[in-house]
Formats: sequence, C-alpha cells, structure tokens
Amino acid sequence: MVNASPARDTVVEVRGLRSQFGAQVVHENLDLDVYRGEILGVVGGSGSGKSVLLRAILGLRRPAAGSVTLFGENLHDLPPDRRVAIESRCGVLFQNGALFSSLTVSENVRVPLMEHTDLSLADALRVAALKIALADLAPEVRHKYPSELSGGMKKRAALARALALDPEIVFLDEPTSGLDPIAAAAFDQLIRTLRDALGLTVFMITHDLDSLHAICDRVAVIAHKRVVVADTLDKVQRFDDPWVREYFQGPRGRAAGSVRALQ
Amino acid sequence: MDRASTTPGLVEWLPLPATGDNVLRFTGDWTLPHFAALEAQLNRLKPQLPERPDVDFNAIGRIDTAGAGLIAVALGPKCLQYLAAHDRDVPRELRALLDTVSEAVAEIYAQRPPPRRNFGFVDMLADVGASISRVEALGVKLLAFIGLTLETLARGAWRPKRWRVTSLVAHMEQTGLDAVPIVALLSFLIGAVIAFLGATALQRYGATVFTVDLVSYAFLRELGVLLTAIILAGRTASAFTAQIGSMKIGEEVDAMRTMGLDPVELLVLPRVLALMIVTPLLAFLATLAGVVGGALVCWFALNITPSMFISVFQTDTPLHYLWLGLAKAPIFAFLIAVIGCHEGFKVAGSAQSVGERTTSSVVQSIFLVIVVDALAAMFFMEMKW
Repeated sequence: MVNASPARDTVVEVRGLRSQFGAQVVHENLDLDVYRGEILGVVGGSGSGKSVLLRAILGLRRPAAGSVTLFGENLHDLPPDRRVAIESRCGVLFQNGALFSSLTVSENVRVPLMEHTDLSLADALRVAALKIALADLAPEVRHKYPSELSGGMKKRAALARALALDPEIVFLDEPTSGLDPIAAAAFDQLIRTLRDALGLTVFMITHDLDSLHAICDRVAVIAHKRVVVADTLDKVQRFDDPWVREYFQGPRGRAAGSVRALQ
Repeated sequence: MDRASTTPGLVEWLPLPATGDNVLRFTGDWTLPHFAALEAQLNRLKPQLPERPDVDFNAIGRIDTAGAGLIAVALGPKCLQYLAAHDRDVPRELRALLDTVSEAVAEIYAQRPPPRRNFGFVDMLADVGASISRVEALGVKLLAFIGLTLETLARGAWRPKRWRVTSLVAHMEQTGLDAVPIVALLSFLIGAVIAFLGATALQRYGATVFTVDLVSYAFLRELGVLLTAIILAGRTASAFTAQIGSMKIGEEVDAMRTMGLDPVELLVLPRVLALMIVTPLLAFLATLAGVVGGALVCWFALNITPSMFISVFQTDTPLHYLWLGLAKAPIFAFLIAVIGCHEGFKVAGSAQSVGERTTSSVVQSIFLVIVVDALAAMFFMEMKW
C-alpha cells in the first residue's frame, strides 16, 4: 500500500470549502487532499454532501467560500481552452451513469475520443470496443441505447466512457451500487489493476464497505459538514467520533471487516 | 504532463548483444495520442515474429489501456499467458494490465460485426409498409385508450369521493386561465387580418360593409374554436405528454400501480375533464377577441363605427352560429387531452423518447382537430344549419 510521506504529489486540493443552497449550509470549512496514485474512498451519511463535494471539485459548482484546485489549477479562474485541457485529464462516473440517451454505448464512449484526440473513426471504434470490454460488458451491448440497459450495465458503460481517454484521475460516484457482489468485486479488481499499472488516481464515493476494505488506500469521512478524518482504513476505524464508530462498528461494518480479516 | 508532449513509442525486433537471440524491445510512450503510429509499427513487425517472442519492457515509458490493447493483440493470448506465468522481467503491474486487456481483446475478436443496414429500394418499400402498419396500430391503440378513459370516467362518476377536485382545478388553471392571454391576443390579431382581407376583396364591389359578416361568420362558426384548439394542441397536449412521460421514466406510474392507484383515474381524467371544461370558455373568449379585432379594423380602415358594426352584426348573424362553433369545443378538448396523455404513457426509457412522443402528440392532435373540424363543417352544411 501507499505510505503517507510528506512530499506527495497532490492532484486535488480542497481548502476551507463552503457549499450552500440558500440558507442551508452543506459544507463548512472542508479540507481534503487527493494524492497521485491513490484510491481514496469518500464515505458519509445520506445527504452529507458527498456528491456536492464531487461537483465542487469538478467545477460544476462554484464554492461559496474557500478554494478547490485540480492539478494545481482553479477551474473557475482558467480560460476555456485551459479548462478543457484539465477536464480531459479527468474521467467521471456519475451516480446514474449520465450516459447520453440519444447515443449508443459505443457512441457514448467515442464522444471523448473523437473530441479530444486525432484518432480516425475506425481506430476510435476499436479503442471504444476495448474500453467497453474492459468494463466487462458483452460485445452486443455496444450497439444498444442506454434506455435498453439495466442499471448495472449503465454503470459499466459509464465507466467505459470515464476511462475512454485513460484519464489521470477518475471520480466515481457510488460505482458499485446496483451491481451484484460478483460484478462489484470485478469492478474493484479492475480499478485496482488500472491504478497499479497506469498510476491512476481514484476518488470514489461509496457506501460499499467491501470496496473500502478491498481497494481503498485512504478513507475520508464527511460528517458535521466537513471531512472529520482522512486516513488509512485502520486508523479511520479507530477514530473517536460517534458517527464514524457507528458506521464501521455497526453490524454491517463489522461483517465486512471480519470477512476481510478471514481472508 | 501534457498529452501532446510525449515521445512516441517504438518497438524493435533486435538481437540481444549478449546471446544473439532476437528480442522484441518496447521503448517510448505507448499511449492514446500515438495509437495509429504504434499500430502501424506492430503490423509491420508481425509477420517476422515467432509464436512466442521474447519481450523486453524494461525501457518502456508510459503506457495506457489503448497501448496495452495493441500489444496484447500483437503478441496474442498464448504469449501473454506465458508472460504472466513465467517472465519475471516484466513488472507485476504491467503483467496485470496486459492480462486484463487481453481478456477484453479476446472478447472483441470473438464476436461478429453487426449486420449492415442496406438502403436499397426494397428497404424503402419495407419502411413504407412498416410506417403504414404503425399508423394503423396507433389508431387502434388510441381508440382503446379512449375506451379505457371513458370506462374509468363512467366508473368514477358515481363515486364523488373518488373525484380529484384539487387536481382538476389545478389543471383548469394551468390549461385554461394561463392560456387566456395567448388565446385572446392571437385571435384578436387573426380577426384583424380577416377584416383586412375582407376589406380588400369587397372594396372592388363597394360591399365593404359585408366585412362585418365575414368576420362574424368566420369567428362564430369556425375560427374562434379552431384557433383555440390549435393553440391548446401546441400548448397543452405537449405539456400533458411531457408531464406523464417524465413520470413514466421516473417509475412514478409503476409506483402508483403497485399502490393500487389507477394512473388513468389519477392522471388522465383530471386532465381530460379540465380541458373539456375550459376549452368552450376559451373558445368563447377567442371568438370575442377575434370579432373585436375585426371591429377595430372596420372602424379605422373602413369607417364602420362600432355602433354600426354591432347593428349589422345583430341583424345579419344568427345566434345559433355561436352554438355550432362552441359545440365543437369539448370534442376538440377531449381529443387533445386524450392524445396528450396517451403519448405520455407511451414514453419509454429516455429523455429522447419524451421529445419524440411530445412531437408526435402535437402533430396528432393538430391533425385530428383539423380533420374533425372539416367533417363537422361538411355535416353542418348538409344539414343547412
């Protein structure tokens, strides 16, 4: 596993973030770092603002206060072409896939390829086919429209699109929810293989305790409107906070942990 | 790290200085920007390679899944399996990547390309036939839906407890009250236009006073209700389709069914009844606005004063013309609402589908409104009403 050394390359840096909707404050003074090459799991209760944090990092929401930098740049300060350059280094898997409903799966994966590279159509087709196969989708799925896919298949198709440009960092919003345990384990394995071989950085929002145990190098817990702790799973589990303790020491948390211990 | 500023990858089939055996040596970056060049190199080398060449990845730069995919295809599954099992020189991470990618590649090669569509003459005929049978099926389905709506209405009519009064009033406001400005304004303008046309045509015969009759006949019998129906088809049928369609996508309609609620009773009846109540009112308003528009043009362009306009109107225009016009309003309203709701229920899956169904509901309802209006005009003429 990756050791916490002081001189690590920071890909995402969030400082003093405040997010609010009208009078409702979701984040207050939130700090978070994501280091290059790590798999960071982000957990938190429903409505604790995990997805809002993701949108803030991606520049889809302007923070009410504080700063968010991605590859050392603040997306909101950049001219459009520089912003696109940064964005093409990120892959995002949205919670419900966010596939373009008027395009087939293969066309969905080809969109970033055709927009950001000089590939010919034939090459793009084959690269897209490779990504779709990597995401463990059957070849005949390529020509289907998102409305013809099950929830799990949509998720994998969205992963194929997120990986299309071989990004340096992927943001995954609950990637394994809606997958059966076998598919979820295969998903974890794929993410880990890609991280090991490509040095991929992974920011993963998840409720899947098995994923946290299996692949996450560090776990960040969002509670009380900020990141209360971000460290290795062992240290997080021992962290002294009622919510964190309930999360990991509750019946489900213990079950997932003990399975890991047995293995 | 800029994507463009990388060194393109290189692959060579060279003898090792130490042993003299040939080895496949990979250098540089094997990444997506160099995809075409990398593939060309591999294809050039491929005929010379033995089934299981020795490989050297020690000097390779960056590699991504696209590059790994190319290598996996070139080396073939046997060689990759051997590498995974034996070659300790290849770093563990790279072996895992090649392994993962080669599984994916094997799947791609295992399947056939999708059937190509021909665009020949026979296909065109088949398309024509298919769309005609679609129209037929659509007609049958629409009739079935109308039947279902009427049946639900008949069943619910005896039980005042099941009447959805709140929903009914809300829809009356949205489809009726909110449509007043647009209906009134457009009818007023069309009334003015008809009066101008009449004035121009009748001036040659010195019969400009009959412009009054032209405007009043046109609006009382036809235009008042027809304009209203067309505006409502564009405004309300589309809204009904989009509302019910997005509920269908969000599985709200399924949720209703599982709770033992009848979507037709909850969603369709209030909309249909609301539109049937407000359309005659809107049609009356449209008739009024159209006649006022005509009267203003008569006053300013033809010097027919409003009082003169009214006296000609009273003597020349039979009252039953108004009833003939307004009698069509509930029928149009029923058609528009039922088509809007029916198309909403046909939405399946995606946002794309909502758009298609909405277009279809507007086209169908305008088409049917005009067809029914033409039939009614012929019928009234034969009956000498």
